[in-house]
Amino acid sequence: MASTLGTPTISAIVFFLVIVALTLVVTYWAARRMRSASEFYAAGRSVSPLQNGLALAGDYMSAASFLGIAGLVALRGYDGMIYATGWLVGWPALMFLIAEPLRNLGKFTFADVVAFRLKQVPVRIASAVGGILTLLFYVLAQMVGAGNLIALMFGLPYEWAVIAVGIVMLAYVLFGGMVATTWVQIIKAVLLLFGVTVLTLLVLAQFDFSPGQLYAAVAARDGQAALEPGGLVTDPIDAISLGLALMLGLLGLPHILMRFYTVPNALAARKSVLYATGFIGYFYLIIPIVGFGASALVGRDVIRAIDPGGNMAAPLVAELLGGTPLLGFIAAVAFATILAVVAGLTLAGASTLSHDIFMHVVRRGQATDAEQMKVARIATVAFGLVAVVLGILFKGQNVAFMVGLAFAVACSANFPPLLLSIVWRRFTTIGAVASIVVGALASVTFILLSPTIWVDLLGNPEAIFPLRNPAIVSMPLSILAGVVGSLVSREPEAEDKFDDEKLRTYLGIGAE
Amino acid sequence: MTHRELLASPEFRALVRRRWQVSLFLTVLLFILYYGYILLIAGNRVWLSQKIGPATTLGIPVGAAVIAGAWALTAAYVIWANRAYDPEVARLRERVKGH
Repeated sequence: MASTLGTPTISAIVFFLVIVALTLVVTYWAARRMRSASEFYAAGRSVSPLQNGLALAGDYMSAASFLGIAGLVALRGYDGMIYATGWLVGWPALMFLIAEPLRNLGKFTFADVVAFRLKQVPVRIASAVGGILTLLFYVLAQMVGAGNLIALMFGLPYEWAVIAVGIVMLAYVLFGGMVATTWVQIIKAVLLLFGVTVLTLLVLAQFDFSPGQLYAAVAARDGQAALEPGGLVTDPIDAISLGLALMLGLLGLPHILMRFYTVPNALAARKSVLYATGFIGYFYLIIPIVGFGASALVGRDVIRAIDPGGNMAAPLVAELLGGTPLLGFIAAVAFATILAVVAGLTLAGASTLSHDIFMHVVRRGQATDAEQMKVARIATVAFGLVAVVLGILFKGQNVAFMVGLAFAVACSANFPPLLLSIVWRRFTTIGAVASIVVGALASVTFILLSPTIWVDLLGNPEAIFPLRNPAIVSMPLSILAGVVGSLVSREPEAEDKFDDEKLRTYLGIGAE
Repeated sequence: MTHRELLASPEFRALVRRRWQVSLFLTVLLFILYYGYILLIAGNRVWLSQKIGPATTLGIPVGAAVIAGAWALTAAYVIWANRAYDPEVARLRERVKGH
């Protein structure tokens, strides 16, 4: 099959320009509302549950899950489906453990909750380190992925692609803050869900709308093994550790957590998680059909020939079934997906730097709205520049493990102090700092010593740490550090404040 | 009623206890659902690989059921919170009005 992938076609460029123009119009509209820090960080807390549900889904459904999981299913069959389920199960946990207390206690960042009754300066600094580490690993994976994908789809040189992503997303965040970023996520989520639905229907139409016939065609072409669990879950401990990082890591992703401050109250936060879980669950239910369709209709050899990782499975099946226009549309949607996710990460990074560090550490809580917004914009540019430079520096590197690293750090350094501060009266400043520092150090060190980096990347014969996913060890270590650190210190003031905090946590009395 | 009295009241304590009972119960169900699936893949590949159609394996509906089940647990929490938790919160908030 001759593919126009990699050459900039008219349809791809038109769809791409329409999407970028639409998002920039939204940004222009949002910029006129951008008058206070609350607008910039939290969209004035005026986002509806449905809008926030779509925006959460938009923040979470990255190009890696769209193109990557379709490719994984196309090349490795059922194992790709196992991976897809892992990406959903964090959402119920987020709802049960964190969502409502987070909304009631915080203002703009998750560090607001951790620092609520503890000493601001040390807790803010430690939380910012955990948050920024998570965001940097995440954005690095997105940027390198963006450069590669855009080069593959549009034939644009890697560096240009990374710089283009940087410039457009900076426009969203700088001028439109959270309002524009939220609408960009909504537009992207709707386009992505629409695009994948069209692909799914087109694939099923080839098989009389019978999934059974599709699977039969897959089995006939790639063997029955494509529909059976294969080698993905060979080591159950490693698989459970990965599952733990995916599930509880979500509860420590700063760009996801800050979305809860954009809705008016805990009820709206709760509803938005239900919407988000519905959209994301639907997405992961149908994406395997696209992957299986690609392997049955396009063939594994063709997919592998264009990209050994399988990332082009979905675009290739789009081209086969819908011609160049559908390929152009899917390519443009993939690009919009990357833009939106990077914008969300950058806004979260800017909020951490300006709200947690500038406002609460440098200024000890005293700064005017105008000052905060000025610093937030400087921080946005700084974070964006770092993202672009990292993206260019890591050209050609295999950064797939970076997303895993981001989830491992989030689940080990951000989630434990957040949960402990909500539920445990005796939690202290020393406990919080210890839990963050131990969680961050443990997760990063163990990944450096794991087979993924120590053996595959650095070429050493044997790994010092046996697991590829450290969460099962690093998260308990972080909790232990939090508990021990709290028990060896005493903070009567924090214990007293826990009572006020409880009325706010459970009844929303005094919530922002 | 003052905030201190509300905090110490049996109703508020019961509400907080109930909230975590429900949350933790659902969290345990979620763990059983997801890690049960992972352990099943690790431990009994053959069972999941049995055919339930010309080529379709049992693993495919089981995987889909894990996704649907995770959503259903989320929905169960929302239904509980809307029906039982929110009215109680409204009642308790009413008591400290004016303080």
